[in-house]
Amino acid sequence: MRDDRPILLARGRVLDPSRDLDRPADVLVADGVVKDIAANLGNTGLPDGTEIVDCSGLMVVPGLVDMRAFIGEPGAEHRETLASASQAAAAGGVTTIVCQPDTDPVIDDPAIVDFVKRRARDTAIVHVHPMAALTKGLEGREMTQIGLLASAGAVAFTDAAHSIASAQVLRRALTYGRDFDALIVHHTEDATLTGSGVMNEGELASRLGLGGTPKAAETIVFERDVRLAAITGGRYHAASLTCPESLDVLRRAKDEGHAVTASASINHLCLNERDVVGYRTFFKVAPPLRSEPDREVLVRALAEGLIDVVVSDHNPQDVEVKRLPFSEAAFGAIGLETMLAAGLRLVGSGTVSLMTLIRAMSTRPAQLLGLDAGTLRPGAVADIAVIAPDEAWVLDAALLKSRCRNTPFDEARFEGRVVRTLVAGRTVYEYV
Amino acid sequence: MTSNPTASFSLSRRHLLGIEGLSAEEITGLLDLAEEFVTLNRQVEKKRATLRGRTQINLFFEASTRTQSSFELAGKRLGADVMNMSIGNSSVKKGETLIDTAATLNAMHPDMLIVRHSASGAVELLARKVDCAVVNAGDGAHEHPTQALLDALTIRRNKGRIEGLTVAICGDILHSRVARSNILLLHTMGARVRVIGPSTLLPKEIERFGVDVYRDMRAGLEDVDIVMMLRLQRERMSGSFVPSVKEYFHYWGLDEAKLRLAKPDALVMHPGPMNRGVEIDSAVADGAQSLIREQVEMGVAVRMAVLDALSRNLPNA
Repeated sequence: MRDDRPILLARGRVLDPSRDLDRPADVLVADGVVKDIAANLGNTGLPDGTEIVDCSGLMVVPGLVDMRAFIGEPGAEHRETLASASQAAAAGGVTTIVCQPDTDPVIDDPAIVDFVKRRARDTAIVHVHPMAALTKGLEGREMTQIGLLASAGAVAFTDAAHSIASAQVLRRALTYGRDFDALIVHHTEDATLTGSGVMNEGELASRLGLGGTPKAAETIVFERDVRLAAITGGRYHAASLTCPESLDVLRRAKDEGHAVTASASINHLCLNERDVVGYRTFFKVAPPLRSEPDREVLVRALAEGLIDVVVSDHNPQDVEVKRLPFSEAAFGAIGLETMLAAGLRLVGSGTVSLMTLIRAMSTRPAQLLGLDAGTLRPGAVADIAVIAPDEAWVLDAALLKSRCRNTPFDEARFEGRVVRTLVAGRTVYEYV
Repeated sequence: MTSNPTASFSLSRRHLLGIEGLSAEEITGLLDLAEEFVTLNRQVEKKRATLRGRTQINLFFEASTRTQSSFELAGKRLGADVMNMSIGNSSVKKGETLIDTAATLNAMHPDMLIVRHSASGAVELLARKVDCAVVNAGDGAHEHPTQALLDALTIRRNKGRIEGLTVAICGDILHSRVARSNILLLHTMGARVRVIGPSTLLPKEIERFGVDVYRDMRAGLEDVDIVMMLRLQRERMSGSFVPSVKEYFHYWGLDEAKLRLAKPDALVMHPGPMNRGVEIDSAVADGAQSLIREQVEMGVAVRMAVLDALSRNLPNA
């Protein structure tokens, strides 16, 4: 039975990056929206039947918007379905998933956008918005029907884990996409430089005898893309930056006023190349985990707001493709459920403020995608995460809700966890 | 006819290579002269002896049906001997061979060369190597002056004027010589020009041409007097410049709903050949507001006017 009672989140610390708000307050949720935020709302007339949730010592933040998650539906339901991904998301405080188009069939046609949206409406407990392919079949040659796909509900355009080799194709897509104010999201990796690389190029890869991926493979493509964004005026977003050299390019692009933004994945913010020692394939991701100094620069870029968005880069892979020699194993790690807890490590170490973290995980992606999310402004859809910031816990991969268990955080110690998640005013997850 | 001012009209140039450089007086003179030929062409006796003894060669390096036949008819009605040479681009190596061809033809003493070539500037290059008059029948994405003149004549006959009108040129502006010649002519004659199309089909810095640029066709069609549609080549429709025919037609195809956003008495033009269902809906192409058939008729008259006017500057004229 659906429980549509009003909810009062009482006495929590309310944090809303959309308004730079950080203070103790009560949050009243009713009719699916945030009705009011004020101190001592509980003392005034609440609607009949309001459920009062004591949030003393807890934090109330806008639900997270994850801009980059792979979901196997349609075509790879054994890896993840919209339903299972949404369960994982809810447990991680993620109230909006933006799923990637590298499904089977590829999301490059308005009918498939429509299918995903209908499936999500019927089976998922959080909001799901598809990104559509930027080129037909993700082949990097011909642009998709950006206008019709956007009007069907695609919130952005990307070739997912594929990097577009042709500058001309990307230029035309940026040019054409601008007519529809489309956000073009691009995985910046030169395939010829990456070659057979499976981890960060350097001493460690040499010692392990693994093929290395140079940082230049990322920076060269990103630098090219910035030039294309500059001449087209198109809205460009780098899907996952990892290296200091790319961040220098990003800083310059922003200083010059180009419509260029970027994400970093939670993996690259929390882990480094040493984690792969022992040939641990759950740490095999693309782009690869970089060195510790690189990671520190990336975290600083997040702290200063240069990195706009933090993504989970959720990519479920089953044991058949992960329990293999490192060089043969699939890339990818799941992250929907652990993104926030892992991010809180950066807050705990004092390098990133909580406001900045929530902005990058919620408010900023919602703005870039044009979604009514990422805010607790009265009247906004009540997508909310309630966090117990001091709760210490150890991740048990067996308890994860994702269909796959390829987390790089198994047995990791975290401080802070999601205790309740609301989607459109309804509690969809509660930690008990 | 001796009392008619058009009889004394002449162009201050040997060739017609483009609209660029033509004055409003010259354009008006050509259109006035063309009006006479419209009348002539509707009579049973359509022949004049203006170009008797003259040789006109239609040299088409790029396939064309309507422009070539229009020039052929224009020359024949003025009494010239007309020869058609269609040279497929594949059989011709550009540059040196073009000049060789020019020299060869020049040795045959033609009086008029009508030239179409897929490379911008090729007609001008050829014109420098011959002694006769050259008319540009379309060079690459540069100019197509007789198309702009016939469009102007069509507009003037239906609206009574060109000055003060708002004309929207829609579609593949990037590759269009028709668009470039029309923008030049319409500006010279005092019309306001808008260009409408997806950004991928608009030339860089097109706004510097003095046109108003619209990516949204619905906004761009508001209050326009003339809607000029352009052809979209098939190879550009499937992902290179626009994603698909379906999407292109949805956003930039002229259908009755979009046409209703223009002025109620707006008129529709297309240089042909049309892709029905791509850039224009059949109901509009064949509808009451369409001037597309009339454009073809005006084409012959305008080309007769151009040939007549240029012949007045020929030696021994």
